[in-house]
Amino acid sequence: MSNSKNYDAIVIGGGHNGLVNAAYLAKAGLKTLVLERRHLVGGAAITEELVPGFKFTTFSYAISLMRPDIVQDLCLADHGMLVLPLVNTFQPGFNGDYLLLGADADANFHEMARHSREDAESIRDLSHLIDRVCFALKPLMDNIPPNALSDDPAELAAMAGLKDYMAGLEPDVRAMIDKFVNCSAAEILEEYFESDLVKALIASSGIIGSKVGPRSKGSGLVWLFHKMGEYDGVLGEWGFHKGGNGGFTEVLAKAVVAFGGTILTDADVDTVIYKDSVATGVRLASGEEYFAPTVVSALDPRRTFTQLVSADDLPDSLIEAIGKYKFQGTAAKVNFALSDLPSFPGLENRKDIFMGFTNLGPSIDYLEEAFADCEAGRYSRKPFLDCCVQSTVDPDMTPPGKHIMSCFVMYAPYHLSESDWDTERENLGDVVQATIEEFFPGFGSLILHREIVTPLDIERIVGLTEGNIFAGELFADQMFLNRPAPGWNQYRTPISGYYQCGSGTHPGGCVIGGPGKLAAKQILGDLKTQAE
Amino acid sequence: MPKMTAFHSRLEPLNETKIWKNWSGFLVAPQYKYSLTNEYYAIRSSVSLLDTSPLFKYRISGPDSVRLLERIMSRDINRCKVGGAQYTVWSDEKGFVIQDGVILRTSEFEFYLTAGEPTLRYFKSIAREMQLDEVTVDDISEAYGILALQGPHAHNVISQITNDATDLKYFEVVSTQMGETEVIISRTGYTGDLGYEIWVPQINAIDLWDSLMNAGEGYNIAPIGTTALKMARVEAGLLLMGVDFESSRFAWVDAQRETAIELGWSWMFRDLEKDGRDFIGRSAIEIELKNKTSRWKTVGLEIDWHSYEAVHLEAGILPPKSDLYRETTMSIYRRSETPWEYAGYATSFLFSSLLRKPIAIAKLPLDLAIDGTEVDLELSVIRKPVNVLAKVTSLPFFKPKRKTAPMGGGK
Repeated sequence: MSNSKNYDAIVIGGGHNGLVNAAYLAKAGLKTLVLERRHLVGGAAITEELVPGFKFTTFSYAISLMRPDIVQDLCLADHGMLVLPLVNTFQPGFNGDYLLLGADADANFHEMARHSREDAESIRDLSHLIDRVCFALKPLMDNIPPNALSDDPAELAAMAGLKDYMAGLEPDVRAMIDKFVNCSAAEILEEYFESDLVKALIASSGIIGSKVGPRSKGSGLVWLFHKMGEYDGVLGEWGFHKGGNGGFTEVLAKAVVAFGGTILTDADVDTVIYKDSVATGVRLASGEEYFAPTVVSALDPRRTFTQLVSADDLPDSLIEAIGKYKFQGTAAKVNFALSDLPSFPGLENRKDIFMGFTNLGPSIDYLEEAFADCEAGRYSRKPFLDCCVQSTVDPDMTPPGKHIMSCFVMYAPYHLSESDWDTERENLGDVVQATIEEFFPGFGSLILHREIVTPLDIERIVGLTEGNIFAGELFADQMFLNRPAPGWNQYRTPISGYYQCGSGTHPGGCVIGGPGKLAAKQILGDLKTQAE
Repeated sequence: MPKMTAFHSRLEPLNETKIWKNWSGFLVAPQYKYSLTNEYYAIRSSVSLLDTSPLFKYRISGPDSVRLLERIMSRDINRCKVGGAQYTVWSDEKGFVIQDGVILRTSEFEFYLTAGEPTLRYFKSIAREMQLDEVTVDDISEAYGILALQGPHAHNVISQITNDATDLKYFEVVSTQMGETEVIISRTGYTGDLGYEIWVPQINAIDLWDSLMNAGEGYNIAPIGTTALKMARVEAGLLLMGVDFESSRFAWVDAQRETAIELGWSWMFRDLEKDGRDFIGRSAIEIELKNKTSRWKTVGLEIDWHSYEAVHLEAGILPPKSDLYRETTMSIYRRSETPWEYAGYATSFLFSSLLRKPIAIAKLPLDLAIDGTEVDLELSVIRKPVNVLAKVTSLPFFKPKRKTAPMGGGK
């Protein structure tokens, strides 16, 4: 019996990156155990039937950035991975104005040309340039970044190689990368567009989940990050997983088991067991212990470095960096079960307008005002909403004819200056509902059920510090060489055998899998070196 | 939803196939009749009428218009006289072609341009860069419709409605009236045949259509779709963006791009040293001309009939001919000791019913791009790659006298 608690590798946290990491380790032949605190795996990517027949994507709700090589390596299609394409993006404006963009470039040209013929031309240039930027940055996304603080010759060579690579990019691509890093989304968009509706639609990608407004430096990079994905090779496109994002993490769990891994739920890890800076296992809150020479934390950096192990045992510089690492969640979710589809004046009975992202945030000023509330320590009185009626794409989400609507809400700062989230929960729901009502009159009468998820709920339920959906802001000083801390961006920790694989590591948040995969690569490489 | 051109209500009942495709977001008929070749012969034997309204259309006007076009266009706009038209291209700084188009000069400072892709913002950005205050670029794509009247009887049809087209020489333009309607007529076209293109304000589009169809009745005028047009343009040696070359603007790498010289338009630069224009791409084009650094030359290929027939007969089938037009890339090999030695590629392939043989538009390295050179063109015969003999020839394949002949005198 004692042997059953001994493993080659233990992964703490059954979020999507923990599962990806475990699947790679199991595939490599390691006896791998995943320990998940909750009764279900998936972390922030779960689907819950909160009302009979209605499946809610409580937190994460769409997919794009999942690295295609992971899909192949882990045979995810065989385990049921099924991402449905989005038909349209709908951006209502003021006074009945709107943008409805779909899959056809020519139709999109004419739709944008209704607002500005120059913008309709410009989007082609900008999209092509962004595609080339994403192509150029793909190797950075898909490989372990170099360690900028190391004097190891291999790392020095990798840093020099990186510098050469960036210098070798075509000048317009390099210049655009610089702009994304140094400029706000609005600044970049001013160069390309005149229509405020067009600018607002694109700018919304630059604020998702981040404490930035469209005019803040940093929104450029967040925007770029959200373009780094693809749908079937179409760069920057998003899709809905069958059964919601929880459907996707179920697929990952199947892959883990298929490769011989074990998943334990209701297993709350209290601490990593280590001695003389060598990890040997984990202890659960129940007191139960599991042992393995490799222990991987899929939790966020604060939990990985200050809760699962004692900060006193780690270098001051690392603890200081983790202390400064910004979480500051700013997003909430309000999810609705609906008796019917909302109706947009002028486009009544058009189901197709909901078959994708419905973006409520009609101007840069609107988004900026929403952000001003956030800066003042309150949730936006007129929030930006990214709404998805997933049941229009996937009928299995609801009873026939009924609908589910997932609304991502910006801004909802974790720290409220004059109240607290347990007090404000229902008020936030009311504000969101009123905002939707403005664009879709009569919305309120369709609501069968409303589920509000505050940043505090995200922290409590999922375990993401301060409710940050990316396990830490996607800011330049927290990315790549610095994620989560300079010198500790290669998935290792100061404790031998203890690794990190959550979204707080490179490449970062979203349902992306990159951290889980690259951590596994590092772990398997280290094990091979040790064996030699 | 696709848009409909100003002529659509007339075209819709004429389309026997009920098949429509999307051209720049507008519904157009690829063909009206089931037989493509039948439709094609309207262009070569009687007279055809084609709606080309989905093209992007621009008016460039004002005292600075010439300066702007001198800068943008690779071909010298000053060589286009008032009342003239010019086939032209615009290139990027590296000399790679962004687009081609036909520009009409209706007065000293007024030009009308057609383009396959939008270019309003690009032209305006160049005007801004040059700080040209006295030029206006108007996107008039939706304000005008365009009809192409093409074929041996084109003049017989148009002259029933207006006398002003009669004196037009090839690539000349006149602003006039047809009935009550203000139009711009150019003696141009994409078929390599006698023909005219007529710009008409949207609101008068149907009137123009009806009057041309009426006037053409005795000459068997036929509406044609885009495929018959594309078949004719291969014979005329006219390149199609997206098929024979890609716009530099949306290419990823230079291997996908081509220069005007590589596309066979070096004649546009015959007097380059005599004009001092600082046009975009000039230095790259000068270097290419001087150092002969072109990677390709665009040529015609005449496929040897006997070879074409033989490879099919050997496989036990008849050689396909009817309605055969392709836009898929086909590989070309050097005829040498080494089999399958890659040399270049064909982009447009047609069995020309008129010329009684298969022809193609191809890119070859300079040493092979010489009239009479023999190369192998790869075909698929019963799903197997097979080479046929082809001979390099200069474009166009077909150049009837009527295309450029004076129309006034003989009548």
